[in-house]
Amino acid sequence: MIRETLGMVFIFIGIAFDFLGVLGLVRLPDVYNRLQAATKCVTFGSAGILFGVFLINGFTSFGFKALLGIMFIFLSSPVAAHAIARAAHRGGIPLTRESVIDEYAKDKELK
Amino acid sequence: MKVETKSRITVFILAALVWFALTDIKDFQEVIAGLVLAAVVTLLAGKFFITTTKQRGVPHRIIAAVRYFFNFLWEMIKANVHVAFIVLHPMLPIKPGIVKIKTKLTKDSAITILTNSITLTPGTLTVDINPDSKEIYIHCIEVHATTVDENTQQIGQRFEHILAEVFE
Repeated sequence: MIRETLGMVFIFIGIAFDFLGVLGLVRLPDVYNRLQAATKCVTFGSAGILFGVFLINGFTSFGFKALLGIMFIFLSSPVAAHAIARAAHRGGIPLTRESVIDEYAKDKELK
Repeated sequence: MKVETKSRITVFILAALVWFALTDIKDFQEVIAGLVLAAVVTLLAGKFFITTTKQRGVPHRIIAAVRYFFNFLWEMIKANVHVAFIVLHPMLPIKPGIVKIKTKLTKDSAITILTNSITLTPGTLTVDINPDSKEIYIHCIEVHATTVDENTQQIGQRFEHILAEVFE
């Protein structure tokens, strides 16, 4: 009973953070800032949902699959964000006008 | 024991354990299938798991890894609340930019974990790594400092010393 309530709480926290991530995706100005919202909030949100599923199901094969899902999200989502950000920068997509510094572009010119 | 043999045995045990966790074992056939698959994984990728012998013992490194995990979890919760605050704020208080930090870690696996952690923690996102000079380019949603040393202090050092204990 307590386990199911806790699981539900985690699932709701996850959904809330997923929602905030999507909101950030719409509101923030350029691709790099949007990636920030997409990697942080959505990773945490999805991990929260999966952890809730694990709590509800306990140590069964189903629960372990949820735990393994968390691990793979933690490993793959930062790598995807890195690949998108790097590709965007190499493809010449500029940072938003409010940006204060871009050391990456500076170093690329030197090479 | 040779390093490669040790690595293969570890991979075999881990792969078998993951299989047993993932399947509801109702039948002996499932155990056999799991062992066969673990053997295949061991043959294909077994030698990459442990590559060097360490001076420090395994228990010490496991304790460091657990400490790192909780440290990272706390930083990640802070990161999420921070980004949620920015997204919900009506004025969008951002000051973005790409900064550069240096790392002292030498092993590829350690650097990978470090960059992944940086991406998942407050307002920072790893854009690229220069493997020769060990510099990491990071996009910050709020830039606090402009010099390399200050940024290294603020962004990299929280994780670096624990990771050094785990991996090196």
